[in-house]
Amino acid sequence: MNVVKAIAVNTFKEAIRNKILYSLIFFALVMMGVSLVLDQATVGQRNKIIKDMGLASINLFGVMIAIVVGIGLVSKEIEKRTIYTLLAKPVHRAQFLIGKYLGIVLTLGVETLLMTFFFFLLVWLYGGGIDLVLLKAIFLIFIEISVVAAVAILFSTFSTPFLSGMFTFSVYVIGHLTEDLNRIASSSENFALEKLTAFFYYLLPNLENFNIKGEVVYHLPLAPGKILLSASYGLLYIGFLLVSSAAFFQKRDFK
Amino acid sequence: MTPAIQIRHLTKRFRTGFWLKASTALSDLNLEVARGATFGFLGPNGAGKTTTMKLLIGVLHPTSGEAFLFGRSVREIAIKRGIGYLPESPYFYDYLTGSEFLYFYGQLFGMGSRALKVKIEMLFELVKLKGAEQVQLRRYSKGMLQRIGLAQALINDPKLVILDEPMSGLDPMGRKDVRDIILRLKEEGKTVFFSTHVLSDAEMICDQVGIIVKGQLRNVGRLEEMLNPKLKSVEVSVRGLPEGRVHALDPLSKSITTKGEESLISLQDEEALPQLIQWTEREGGKIVSIVPRRETLEDIFIEEMRGEAT
Repeated sequence: MNVVKAIAVNTFKEAIRNKILYSLIFFALVMMGVSLVLDQATVGQRNKIIKDMGLASINLFGVMIAIVVGIGLVSKEIEKRTIYTLLAKPVHRAQFLIGKYLGIVLTLGVETLLMTFFFFLLVWLYGGGIDLVLLKAIFLIFIEISVVAAVAILFSTFSTPFLSGMFTFSVYVIGHLTEDLNRIASSSENFALEKLTAFFYYLLPNLENFNIKGEVVYHLPLAPGKILLSASYGLLYIGFLLVSSAAFFQKRDFK
Repeated sequence: MTPAIQIRHLTKRFRTGFWLKASTALSDLNLEVARGATFGFLGPNGAGKTTTMKLLIGVLHPTSGEAFLFGRSVREIAIKRGIGYLPESPYFYDYLTGSEFLYFYGQLFGMGSRALKVKIEMLFELVKLKGAEQVQLRRYSKGMLQRIGLAQALINDPKLVILDEPMSGLDPMGRKDVRDIILRLKEEGKTVFFSTHVLSDAEMICDQVGIIVKGQLRNVGRLEEMLNPKLKSVEVSVRGLPEGRVHALDPLSKSITTKGEESLISLQDEEALPQLIQWTEREGGKIVSIVPRRETLEDIFIEEMRGEAT
C-alpha cells in the first residue's frame, strides 16, 4: 500500500510542478466570456444559462484534462525511461499503474474542486444564490472524468501517446452515443451491423449515465437511487479498465 | 553457495517494424557470476549487454531460458529488495530535487523517513553531490545525473549492483570517482555486474569478465587466466645511433620505426635484450627506455571481434 501511495503522491507532484493547473485559466476565460453574453439576456434566463454553460464547461475541461494527464503521465514514464529504475525496485507493475491512476484522480479532483469554486462564485455574483443541487451533477462529472482517465491509461499501456489520445477521445464521444447504438442494433435488418453495434454497446462505457446536468439546472426529479447507481457503475467500470490495463502492462517489454 | 547471477539458455527475440520482423538480441546465453565478484560485461554497442541487464531486472521478458539471482527466479518481485540498478544514460523525474528523488525511491522499499534521511545524506556524500540536494534534477548536468543514478541504485544497500555503462558521459574525474565507488562496493563484499565498452575501465577493476558479441557470449573467465602472462613484446627506445645503422638490428627485431634521432625497436621477447644493449653501447647510442608489453584485454577483445568477422 505504501508503494502505491508513494507513486500516487509523486504523480500528483509531477502534475502540479508541470503546471497542469494553469489549464484552469482557460476555464476561467471561457466562463468570463459566457458572462459577457449573459448581459444580453433577461434576469430569469441568466441563472439557467450560467448554470448550463458552467456545468458543460466543467465537464468539457474535466474530460480534456483527464485525457491529457491520463496519457501524459503514463507514457512519459515509458518514453523518458524513468520506468526502468522504478520497476527495478520491488514494485509490481499493477501497483505502478494503480499508483499512477490514483495520482491522476487526485489531480483531477483538485481541478474539479477549483472549477466548482469558480463556478459557484459566478452563479452567486449573478444573483443565483448557492444552489447545492448543482453539486450532484458535478459529482457525477467527476466520476465520468475518472472513467475517461482510466480509458486513457488503458490505451497508454500498449499504444503511443498520440494514438492513445485519439482512441480515448473516440471512446468519450461514442460513450455519449451508446443509447443510439442500442437503437441501431435493435432496429437494424443487417445481422453483422446489429452484432457489431451491440458489441460496442456492451463494451464501451455508457457515459450518458453520468449526465444529470439538465435535471439539476431545471430542478427536475431524479430517478430514485440514480446517483448511487451511476457512481457504482462508474467505479465498477474503472475497476474493469484497471484490471485490463494491468494485464496488458504485465506482458509488455520495455525496450 | 548459490551464485549471485545464474543465466541459463537465455534468449531474447524482438519483433519490430510494421511486418514484425524478428531480430535476435540475445541467443542462448549461459553465465554465472559468483557472489562478491566484480564482473565486467564487455562488448561492442548493440551486442546485447543492455538486453541482458533488462532481462535480469525484469523490464523485459525472455523469449526462452531463465535467469536467477541468488538462486531465485528474476520473476519474483521480492528479489528486487537486494538489487540496485543503474540504466544507461539515465533520465529521472526532472521536477524532483535530488533529495526528493532519493526519498521517493527509498519509500518504494518501505524505508522510514528517519532511516532514509541518514541514508540520503550518506549517499550524497558518497557520489560527491553535496550541495545539490535541493536542486531540481532538470538542472543537473549529465555527469550529475549519472552520480544521482548511482545513488538511487544504492539506496537499499543492495547485495548485487547492476550498472549499465556507469562511466559513460563522465569526465576523467567522474570516471575515477565511479571506479572508486565500485572498488568500495567490492570491499564491502557486494557483487557488481557492470557493462562497458571501455576496456581500460574493466581491466582496472574487474576480477571476472565476459565478452559478448552479437548476442552470444564469446569468452568468459577470470581476467588473470584470460590474459596470457607471457610477454607479447619488448619495446626499446634508442637514440644517438649513426644514421642508417639501426637496420643492422633487422634480424633481431620484429619491427623498427625511426623518428628523428630516436628509434623504436620492438623485440619478440626479452632474450635478445642483452645483445641489443651491448650493441647499442658499442655503436655509441643511448637506451632511453625499455617497455615490456603484455597481452591486454584489448588484444583479446579485438581477437574475438576478428573471429566474428571471419
